Amino acid sequence: MSQFNNILETIKMIDKEKLDIRTITMGISLLDCCDKDGEVAREKIYKKITTYAKDLVQVGESIEEKYGIPIINKRISVTPISIIAQSSDDSDYVAFAQTLDKAAKTVGVNFIGGFSALVQRGYTKGDKILIDSIPEALATTERVCASVNVGSTKAGINMDAIKDLGHIIKQTALNTKDQNSIGCAKLVVFSNAVEDNPFMAGAFHGVTGPECVIHVGISGPGVVKVALEKVKDAPIDVVSDTIKKTAFKITRVGQLVATEASEQLGVPFGIIDLSLAPTPAVGDSVARILEEIGLEHCGCHGTTATLALLNDAVKKGGIMASSHVGGLSGAFVPVSEDEGMIAAVEAGALSIDKLEAMTCVCSVGLDMIAVPGDTPASTISAIIADEAAIGVINNKTTGVRIIPVVGKKLGDSVEFGGLLGRAPIMKVNSFSSESFINRGGRMPAPVHSFKN
Amino acid sequence: MNAFVSVLGMDKKGIIKEVSSILSDTSINILDINQSIVQGYFTMVMFVDLSDMTIELTLLKKALNEIADKLQLKIKVQHEDIFNAMHKI
Repeated sequence: MSQFNNILETIKMIDKEKLDIRTITMGISLLDCCDKDGEVAREKIYKKITTYAKDLVQVGESIEEKYGIPIINKRISVTPISIIAQSSDDSDYVAFAQTLDKAAKTVGVNFIGGFSALVQRGYTKGDKILIDSIPEALATTERVCASVNVGSTKAGINMDAIKDLGHIIKQTALNTKDQNSIGCAKLVVFSNAVEDNPFMAGAFHGVTGPECVIHVGISGPGVVKVALEKVKDAPIDVVSDTIKKTAFKITRVGQLVATEASEQLGVPFGIIDLSLAPTPAVGDSVARILEEIGLEHCGCHGTTATLALLNDAVKKGGIMASSHVGGLSGAFVPVSEDEGMIAAVEAGALSIDKLEAMTCVCSVGLDMIAVPGDTPASTISAIIADEAAIGVINNKTTGVRIIPVVGKKLGDSVEFGGLLGRAPIMKVNSFSSESFINRGGRMPAPVHSFKN
Repeated sequence: MNAFVSVLGMDKKGIIKEVSSILSDTSINILDINQSIVQGYFTMVMFVDLSDMTIELTLLKKALNEIADKLQLKIKVQHEDIFNAMHKI
């Protein structure tokens, strides 16, 4: 049996190194659910989601059974609700969020994304109503995720939206203060958002997507870490090659699962998202990969360079292993969801400023960062503006998922539970950005020549 | 469908008998076996044909898990494609 060692390697990856498929996400278009009567629109939405996704969880479980690989999450993304709901005369969209929540519970998925608005060029009527509905929507639902895209390389940055979202995030924190302001963990503010992202909280089904589609998000930071343990002190080229080979293997499993899910559900396959998505469990951390490359702690000098190498090598290895790659592909750096990141913050090695630098080279942005509850709305807006600028200028996706935890201050820690993990409260710069944020307006799209 | 049955754990008497009895009782044909013991650690991979299997896959796994618990082993049944996908281009 020539495959003997390969088989044992795969079993070890799954059993010991926490290899899993992070999510099977079904994208569903709701474009045909618009109606002048909000109640009728919501009925159409509920019916469509519960029809298309009725077998999603069961198919996911049968694939787990067949291949013996865990599929952690089964999820749904839908067309940004601002586009669907604004045909109605409703003056708030909380009821739409509640309909999504109900549909998610009926089909048994743990998150549904798409309570979203794309406002990089400005607000439509529905965009404004949706954004204003976010605090109550996230407080009165359990499984709904919201996102707002505020900037793009082609459009520039909507500073009015960024100003508003500072207040929306604060209000969301306040509305969910009894649960450590967890509402904010379900809200991402993007620039250059992608339309085929299977990961929460930022997933939505782009308007250019098909009627229904299956995306798969892979994972496996533990597998990469263990592979690198075998090349200690080797030159950095060897590190890059090792990551590429490992990413290839992981992605092939993702492609297998995606193909199978697509066939069983009778829904076209969309993309594989080649992301190293950490969890709070020991042995499932992106930070520990960077440390394995040679950092004493994630966050010290050299972190940006090692993360750039990791992100690039993951993509290079994964691209050949999949027929279609998309989503956010790369390495995630969510602080509360990564045991090594939490340890790095607690050791004083990792700051928001370093994380901001890391987001220039990783796949998303400032993710799952808890800050003091008394952080001004304008400071939160300014953090978003900085991230949006990084994304827009560098032609990449960036996002901010920040939680100003009501009643918590520097030195405290907050437990979100499950995959959302635990977050030490991080220090924000105490000087004011208020006058800048109060200007509002629209930052022009950047020039893409004269690159320096 | 062809699958790999992998059995891992501390070595003791009767592991192969117990596992192969279940496979035989459920009309599963063993196509290939590779087994070794390293430092008292028992590792066996069986390549099996499930096409005539007289039991549901979930029930087969349950039956094997009962043996696994009894003999303090880990037993997995996985479709061959997961290994082909990962290790063959």
